[in-house]
Amino acid sequence: MADLGFACLVLALVVCAYGIGASLYGVRSGRVEFSESGRRSVYALAGVLTVGMVVLEVAFLGNDFAFNTVADTSSRTTPALYRAAAVWSSQEGSLLLWAWLMSLWSSLALFLTRKRLRDVAAYATAIMLGFGGFFVALMVFYANPFQTTKPAPPEGVGLDPLLRFPTMMIHPPMLYSGYTLCTIPFAFGMGALLARRVDADWIKAIRRFAFAAWLFLGVGILLGALWSYSELGWGGYWGWDAVENASLMPWLTGTAFLHSLMIQEKRGMLKVWNVSLVLATGTLAIMGTFLVRSGILDSIHAFGGHTLGVPFVCLIAVMIAGSIYLVVSRREMLRSEHRLDSLLSRESIFLANNVVLVGLCFVILWGTYFPLISEALTGQEASVGPPWFDRYTVPLALILVLLSGIGPVIAWRRATLANGRRNFLVPVACGVLMLVVLEIAGVTQKPLALVMFCCAAFVFGSIGQEFFRGTRARRAMAGEPVPLALLGLVRRNRRRYGGYIVHIGITVLFVGVAASSSFQHASQLGLRPGQSTRVGSYEIRYVRPTATITPKYDEAHTGSTLSLGAILDVTKNGRHVATLNPSEGFYASGEASQGTVGSLIGGQPVSHVAMDASLTRNVWTAIEPDIETPSLKRIVSVGNSTLPAGEALVAVAYLARAYIQHPPPTQFNFLVSPLVFWIWIGGLIAAGGGLIALWPAPSTVRRRVRARSRARTLRGLARA
Amino acid sequence: MAFLVALLTLVLLAVVVLVVGAPLRRAGRPDTSGRGASSTRALDDAPSRATSAGHGEDPGQMEDLEAAREAKYREIRDTELDYRTGKLSRQDYEAIDSDLRAEALALLNQLESSDRPSGATPSSGAEGDSLGMGRKNDADV
Repeated sequence: MADLGFACLVLALVVCAYGIGASLYGVRSGRVEFSESGRRSVYALAGVLTVGMVVLEVAFLGNDFAFNTVADTSSRTTPALYRAAAVWSSQEGSLLLWAWLMSLWSSLALFLTRKRLRDVAAYATAIMLGFGGFFVALMVFYANPFQTTKPAPPEGVGLDPLLRFPTMMIHPPMLYSGYTLCTIPFAFGMGALLARRVDADWIKAIRRFAFAAWLFLGVGILLGALWSYSELGWGGYWGWDAVENASLMPWLTGTAFLHSLMIQEKRGMLKVWNVSLVLATGTLAIMGTFLVRSGILDSIHAFGGHTLGVPFVCLIAVMIAGSIYLVVSRREMLRSEHRLDSLLSRESIFLANNVVLVGLCFVILWGTYFPLISEALTGQEASVGPPWFDRYTVPLALILVLLSGIGPVIAWRRATLANGRRNFLVPVACGVLMLVVLEIAGVTQKPLALVMFCCAAFVFGSIGQEFFRGTRARRAMAGEPVPLALLGLVRRNRRRYGGYIVHIGITVLFVGVAASSSFQHASQLGLRPGQSTRVGSYEIRYVRPTATITPKYDEAHTGSTLSLGAILDVTKNGRHVATLNPSEGFYASGEASQGTVGSLIGGQPVSHVAMDASLTRNVWTAIEPDIETPSLKRIVSVGNSTLPAGEALVAVAYLARAYIQHPPPTQFNFLVSPLVFWIWIGGLIAAGGGLIALWPAPSTVRRRVRARSRARTLRGLARA
Repeated sequence: MAFLVALLTLVLLAVVVLVVGAPLRRAGRPDTSGRGASSTRALDDAPSRATSAGHGEDPGQMEDLEAAREAKYREIRDTELDYRTGKLSRQDYEAIDSDLRAEALALLNQLESSDRPSGATPSSGAEGDSLGMGRKNDADV
């Protein structure tokens, strides 16, 4: 079946090549049938790659270790659900996922625009097939997911223990969907410039996909942060890792684009800016993919072993050069139709918001790529750590939150000072009230967090006022009860009120970030059973050690041979709060040089954190058991010299018992962080708001409105 | 197994050729309906192409005008919502609303001058005020 998979790749490459040619010939010659054939090539590409994905999934689920990717990333002891997700844990499989998702989203985009934007869509089709062909070519010539080895090994290496986590199953598909969706506005943007049609119809088509890209990318980023916090042993959710940054940058420019697109839609302004943003977003998405596959990064996210840097650099260079050429050569048609009516207007707030978002993106771009470029040029390792990023991003984030509260209370086109005073009264009062409350509560030692909380109160006041006034106005006209009036208000103004909900969600998220990072209590120390320590207002006592052996008893399906942990009792003011059981898994290394016993537990240990999460705070803990004590090392050494491979687990069982009976001092990492939960809640709220804003009005509503408008028009014409 | 793989590959290839080549086959087929080549293309194309092909209009321009009209209706609604939620004074609202309605009328005139049988038909809930009220002769949404 591997041959079928590879045949799919070759067929996909041929389809891409044909589709590019047909689309370009069709649009240049005016022969619609060739443009249509080019569009159907995208559908065919999606179909062919679906077959390829199915072949690979069947291989993983069926434990076909003849496939190299299956042997390298899966095993018989890997649970089925994780085996299904292991497809995209390798370079080859993730390339296939990328190409497949791209073909699906491209097919959807072209299907939805099949009766509009003909010339633009034809160019966009060629560009999307170009992307598809690029990724398929990488698989055909560099990283074949259907490569086999004969004879097939009897067992696979297994999935990386760090990836055995539920959110890691969905994080890559969501993130890749975001990345691939970013290429669609890019393609339509290039297509619009090539066809010389950057107009209202283009805006209408592109907005939906830009929004979908923003939504998926945002959810993917949040899932990655959740995995980092819940699985990795450092207790953080964002480390300014290069790959994290690479996903955030297109999200930031995409956010800027969604805002400034509204200005172009209403006022015919910022066309150059918008086109540049959409092209930059697509380019940044490809650059993010480049980072993990180029071999220039040493990161949990990086696919080591293969280097696809050169092809990606070529692609990115073509994208940047093409974008610059088209924007410059089409600058006449991109002139603004109007000017800003007033600085005191929603347009100017959106402009300011754009400047901040792009500024944020630039800071992150610099901090991410400068060390890599510096190291490449000088050979000396350079690093830019979290303190550098925090120094520049935190003030910008504060301004962003403030602007998200100012924008809703200012009108489009122009606002008056009198109106401004009236509209800002409640939000400012909320901000001041928050300041007073925090001062009374003594929460003043972190000024930046204080400012964030006050800005958040300002935003809640501003948006709350919008919902209140809108509902009140609808009630005044319709006499509906409050719930119905609120529902009707949101239904008829999905974009606006969906956007407000996004603003609330992002603000809540920032509150969680500010609180959890500024008011965290941390402690790292060694404890023996019976000993306790104080972290913040919590008392944590090490009750006793725990040990489990073999995958058979591995309830969390971590795949570890041996898992050593601890039972911890958490109390506050003498009252029991939680019982935590952090552990560390020791995995088989496959290194015969470590001996029969040593090789069973000599792999990279992986921490499994334990936490008690609530709405107000998280108590988080990780453990680093010491198995290098003289007594434990002696057990391993004796086992290595006396036991054959088939009986080596006996020594591991002895080791586990010895650890329980005579536990050495154990290193613990404790964190008490307030309001962490609100980061995830804020993300959910933002995603929900995004869905509301993105959702089209029901077709029955459209038909009724169309019929009413037709009747009104005919009456008007009759009177005329 | 090799035979099965080869067979599946051939089937896949055949399906791809059928799907991708369908428009080319349709275009190359002799027209037996008596409607002419342009209406054959219209099977795949938007109704506007079949309509406008006989009137010499650029269907792309038509789509753009319709999109611009929807955007203008949305802008009128947004302005009304700004007024009703206290962000605009009555004077400013009336001035802006007047400008927007004049711009909308210009778009409607452009659309009607291209002789579309559907007339000035907005889509996706654009016409009508943002709160769903205020039009005496209209049913509420």
